[in-house]
Amino acid sequence: MTDNDSVLGSLREAILKGDNKASAALTNDGLAAGMDPMDLVTHAMVPAMDEVGRLFECEEYFVPELLLSARAMKAALEILRPLLAASGAKSAGRVVIGTVKGDLHDIGKNIVSAMLEGGGFEVIDLGADVSAQKFVEAVQERKPQLVCLSALLTVTMTSMKTIIEALQQAGVRDSVKVLVGGAPVTAEFARQVGADGYGENATVAVSLARKFVQL
Amino acid sequence: MSTAPIITDGAWGTELQAQGLSLGESPDIWNLTHPAAVRAVAASYAAAGSRIVLTNTFRANRIALAAAGLADRLEAINRAGVALSREGAAGAAQVYASIGPSGKMLAAEEVTEDGLRAAFTEQAQVLASASADALVIETMSDVDEAAFAVESARTTGLPVVACMVYDSGRNKDRTMMGTTPEQAAARLEQAGASVIGANCGCGIAGYVAIAARLRAATNLPIWIKANAGLPELIDGRVTYRMTPQEFADHARRLEGVTYIGGCCGTNPEFIRALVAACT
Repeated sequence: MTDNDSVLGSLREAILKGDNKASAALTNDGLAAGMDPMDLVTHAMVPAMDEVGRLFECEEYFVPELLLSARAMKAALEILRPLLAASGAKSAGRVVIGTVKGDLHDIGKNIVSAMLEGGGFEVIDLGADVSAQKFVEAVQERKPQLVCLSALLTVTMTSMKTIIEALQQAGVRDSVKVLVGGAPVTAEFARQVGADGYGENATVAVSLARKFVQL
Repeated sequence: MSTAPIITDGAWGTELQAQGLSLGESPDIWNLTHPAAVRAVAASYAAAGSRIVLTNTFRANRIALAAAGLADRLEAINRAGVALSREGAAGAAQVYASIGPSGKMLAAEEVTEDGLRAAFTEQAQVLASASADALVIETMSDVDEAAFAVESARTTGLPVVACMVYDSGRNKDRTMMGTTPEQAAARLEQAGASVIGANCGCGIAGYVAIAARLRAATNLPIWIKANAGLPELIDGRVTYRMTPQEFADHARRLEGVTYIGGCCGTNPEFIRALVAACT
C-alpha cells in the first residue's frame, strides 16, 4: 500500500468514526504529500459517507453517528473547498432548506442540512418558521437546484403546499426540485402537495438530492 | 387484560386549534391569553371519561419558550396550565403536568446537559408548586435528554411518567437516536421514573408491540399515548383517517398497560371509545 492509499484509508475511517480532528489532520497530510483534492473527495470522503448511509439503513448507525460523521466530513471539506473552487470544481449542488411557516422545530431540518453539507452540497439554511415569500426570494436570488421543506407539526404540514404554490406563482417552481420531510410527512402526502420527492430520513434525503442534481 | 387500565386524555394542540389557535402561535401562551379555551379542553376530556388530564405546558420549558420569545412568561404559563386543567377536570380527573423536549439536540451540541437540567428543573418546580399530581416527560426522542428531565423532575418528589417516541429504524421501533424500548426502559427506570411509556410516533397499531416490549423490560407501570396513525391530506386538510372505534380496537390489544390515552389525531371521541372498549 502506498502512502497515498494509507491516507485515503485513514481519512475514510476518520469520517466513518466521526472523528473531525483526525479527518482535518489527514486531509492536511494528504495535501502536504501532494495529493489531488478531488482524489481525497472521490476516493475517501464520498465512499465514507456512502458507507455511513449504508450503516444507517441497516440500523448500525443512528442520528448521533450521522451527525458526527457529517461533522468530520465538513471539517475535511472546509479545508478542500477553496482548493476545489480554484481548480474549477463545483459543489454537488445548491440547496435552500427551511422549516415551514408556523413550525419552530428545527432538529430534523438541521440533521438533513448537516448530511447535505457532508454530501458536498452548498446549503442555504433559512431557519425555522419560514414564510412562502422567503422561500421564493431565496430561490430567485440564490438560484438553488433544490428546495427542502421540513415540518414536524400536523398543523403546519399544509404550509408545504402553500410554499410550493407560491414558487409556482413566482414562476420558479420548474427551476427547482422540491423535497419534503418531517415526522408526520408520508410519501403520499408529498405527492399530494406537489413535491418532487419525500425524504423519509436524512440519508434518503441526501441520496434523492444527489439523484435530482444529476438530472 | 387483567385489570382495567386508567384512561388518560387525547391531543391538545388540535383541540386548541379548533377553538381558534392559529398557525405558528404558541399553544402554551394560550394559558394566559385564552384561559377559557384551555380550560374547555381539559373539561371536554374529563367529560369524555379521562381519569387523568395533562396540561397545556408541553413547550413551556425555558429553552423551548425562548425559541418562541416567551421565556419571561415561564412561571405564569406553567402555573396557569396546572390551574386550568384542575378547574376543567373539576374533580373528575387528576392533573398530570406535561413537560416536552427542549427542541435542541445534545448530539449536535446545540444544548448542554447542564442547560437541560436547569431548564427541566425550573419547569418541574413551578408545576409542582402549582400542585400538579404528577409530571409527564413526553415526546422525547433522545433518551439522554429524557433521563436528565426525569432526574430534574424527581427533585420535586412527585411521581414522574417518562415517555419516548418510537418512530425510527426499519421497524419503527427505535427512537430517532436509535434507542430500543428495552434500553429506554432501563435508563429511565434508573433515572427514577415511576411509570415508563411511549407516546406520539407512527400510530397505535405499532405501539402494541412497543408496549409489550416495555412491559417485558420493566416492572413499573406502562403508559401509552399513541397517534391515530399517520395523517393524510384530504381536500386540502390534514386528516387522520383512523376512527375512534379503530383506535379503541387496537388499544384493546395493549397487554398489561396501566395508562392508555391518545396523541396526535385523537380527541374526546377517541377517549369515549377507549372508555367503552377498555374499562
